[in-house]
Amino acid sequence: MPPHSQLHANEVELIKSICDGEREAFYELVQPYERMVYATAISVVKNPADAEEVAQEAVLKAFSNLSSFRAESKFSTWLLQITYNEAKMRLRKARSHLYESIDDPQPSEDADYWPKDFADWRPIPSELFERDEVRLAIQNATNSLSGIYREVFVLRDVQNLSTKETATILGISEGAVKIRLLRARLQMRDTLAPGIDGCWFNGQPYQKVRPW
Amino acid sequence: MAIIEISCLEVWREISNFLDEEISTEMRERMEAHFKECAHCKAVLDGTRNVVGLVGDGKLFQMPEGFNKRLYKKIQGLP
Repeated sequence: MPPHSQLHANEVELIKSICDGEREAFYELVQPYERMVYATAISVVKNPADAEEVAQEAVLKAFSNLSSFRAESKFSTWLLQITYNEAKMRLRKARSHLYESIDDPQPSEDADYWPKDFADWRPIPSELFERDEVRLAIQNATNSLSGIYREVFVLRDVQNLSTKETATILGISEGAVKIRLLRARLQMRDTLAPGIDGCWFNGQPYQKVRPW
Repeated sequence: MAIIEISCLEVWREISNFLDEEISTEMRERMEAHFKECAHCKAVLDGTRNVVGLVGDGKLFQMPEGFNKRLYKKIQGLP
């Protein structure tokens, strides 16, 4: 049996025993997904303290609704769906006293995005990521994305979830996931390319390329 | 068979699917031919691939210190 379905089978067992009253097993069930729950929450609410509260609420909600979980979907997808909804709710509450609209202004998804004119990146050594300023730059770039792009980007590229899982969690079509992911990736590249150029390496500056 | 040329704009629209290998063989060939000729699109491709590679190692969002302990406590406190 491939590890994935084995995990799934174990989870189904765990869930059954929790529903039968073995509450202690619940932490065992959610523990592997802590980080994912946290990342999903922060992709919506942006700040760590709020994300932690959302994560806790979501996990507690998952516990109280566990008997309604249907094993045809993955437990992680279900848990992240709850997390995402919880985070959106919190965002709405936080903004309800403001005049601005509840969601981020919805950028037009039909318009084409024109990537900026930076020449090629050298391959990035993974050690680079160990540096705080690099991680911070990437976090800032992620935060600068509009909500609808950030959510998709964090689920797909940061957490490596599939297009299908991402669509289920966000309640949108797979086509919409792909379109938003494209935009998010291109914008991330535009934001980060100058950093890779100027500050993170002491190499030669990038040349601009304009073929037309 | 000759490969039908493709514009930069069409390439950008598909660049994400290209990275995810979610395009037809025909489209892949057309794009690969384009990348050989077009430094700009090649740069966009490399940069985008770098972004995906950089953020995908799970370290981007570090959980706050004590996160798991506090979560565990919450779960312990369940009725």
